[in-house]
Amino acid sequence: MGVDVAAVQFKQVTKNYGSGNVLENFDLTIPSGQIVTIIGPSGCGKTTLLKMINRLIEPESGSVLVEGQEVSTLNPVELRRNIGYVIQQIGLFPHMTIEQNISIVPRLKGEKKKDLVQRTEELLQLIGLDPQQFRSRYPHELSGGQQQRIGVARALASNPSIILMDEPFSALDPISRVQLQKELIKLNEKVQKTIVFVTHDIDEALKIADQVILLKDGFIIQTGTPANLLEAPASDFVREFLGAERFEQYSI
Amino acid sequence: MDQFWNTLQADWPMILQKMGEHINLSLISVLIACLIAVPTGIILTAYKRVANTVITTVSVIQTIPSLALFGFMIPFLGIGTKPAIIALTLYALLPILQNTYVGIGGVNQALIEAGTGMGMTRWQILWMVQLPIARSVIMAGVRLVAVQTISMATIATYIAAGGLGDIITRGIAMINTVTIMEGAIPVSLLVIVVNLLLLGLNKLLTPKGLRQYTRN
Ligand SMILES: Nc1ncnc2c1ncn2[C@@H]1O[C@H](COP(=O)(O)OP(=O)(O)OP(=O)(O)O)[C@@H](O)[C@H]1O
Ligand SMILES: [Mg+2]
Repeated sequence: MGVDVAAVQFKQVTKNYGSGNVLENFDLTIPSGQIVTIIGPSGCGKTTLLKMINRLIEPESGSVLVEGQEVSTLNPVELRRNIGYVIQQIGLFPHMTIEQNISIVPRLKGEKKKDLVQRTEELLQLIGLDPQQFRSRYPHELSGGQQQRIGVARALASNPSIILMDEPFSALDPISRVQLQKELIKLNEKVQKTIVFVTHDIDEALKIADQVILLKDGFIIQTGTPANLLEAPASDFVREFLGAERFEQYSI
Repeated sequence: MDQFWNTLQADWPMILQKMGEHINLSLISVLIACLIAVPTGIILTAYKRVANTVITTVSVIQTIPSLALFGFMIPFLGIGTKPAIIALTLYALLPILQNTYVGIGGVNQALIEAGTGMGMTRWQILWMVQLPIARSVIMAGVRLVAVQTISMATIATYIAAGGLGDIITRGIAMINTVTIMEGAIPVSLLVIVVNLLLLGLNKLLTPKGLRQYTRN
């Protein structure tokens, strides 16, 4: 696969749940190996956008391409196993241990048991939880923040090149949030993953992003590097949404 | 009391034989009911619009007095084991169907979405997520049905299907309390033992991660 092939591409995508278009003739290119954050008011279509990448939602018209291949032509099960996904509601399986939860995608792919144990250990370390202490616990024995970290580890388990994250750090305390943000940036530098990251936290969005996409009512209001957005906000809405005080700080 | 023990000793082989028939009737009926009601309950969760109609229809069976239901079998199937099993099975359908429907349908949507998003097939979601989480609810239905079927199988004697009911009706005909007890006590014991067995099995099968939800 060529390096210049975009990780994800939306071409003239329209999505309608039955009461008007959520997205309309939507175009977007997400370059490979970058962290792209998607921000925008609640209900603007962020989750919808994310779920169209792994075919949890099908568009009414237009096409979505993943690494150059139109997703509608791919087997959805295969496609999803090769894309990491952290859902907004965490969604850990309550009847499975942390280890079983983390290793679920590799298990679906038929990887060997022995490799899984090792992999789980590495991932738990990566997200800052002691493997000895946590691997055989059940999700209800973890705090909300710890559960959310497991959700992230689970998405990384099969080493996908693209990871979709829907507000993955929303339940974390500020300290572990910052820690995980750093880990994510480090991870991305080390293994060049494409991370599509939805968040409500503007600080977070600006901090981790190579590219920020600001949505409103299904339209891209502005996209660019965090510096681009702060230096040249496209409209008052951008200024307002990012927070006026940020611009004061920035211009000083 | 002495008389009771003497009679019991004499009747023991016969009691064992009737108990065997009784277990046979009940077990087969409950198994068939499971084989019908569990898949149906699962399928209905995908067709919520018809689910209510189906469940209401099945629940009508429950309103027929059991003795009458056994009677209704005679014109179609005659007498014997087969019609008795069918009547018992019909009675057993509703609780299993209802619990399967509620249990599978009640699995948190976020879990199903997480599973789908990670690339589980629908079968894998059913086997790896929905069934394990719903299992104890379904098993509660099966336990209820097992208890109900064992006690109802006593009536099967009226259509010559055998079982411990044979002993009880003979005791009634002879107005002999000892004989009645020789039929009734094994039925009660069976109910208690089966109930405890299924309770224990459910506890054993429930993963630690789900126990907090299934206390009581
Ligand atoms: N399954 C659905 N059926 C009907 N409408 C839907 C459905 N899912 C989303 N919508 C609508 O589509 C729009 C976009 O929803 P989406 O979930 O993508 O928003 P979001 O940007 O992720 O919001 P939030 O920040 O609150 O998570 C909303 O107006 C929402 O009401
Ligand atoms: Mg959302």
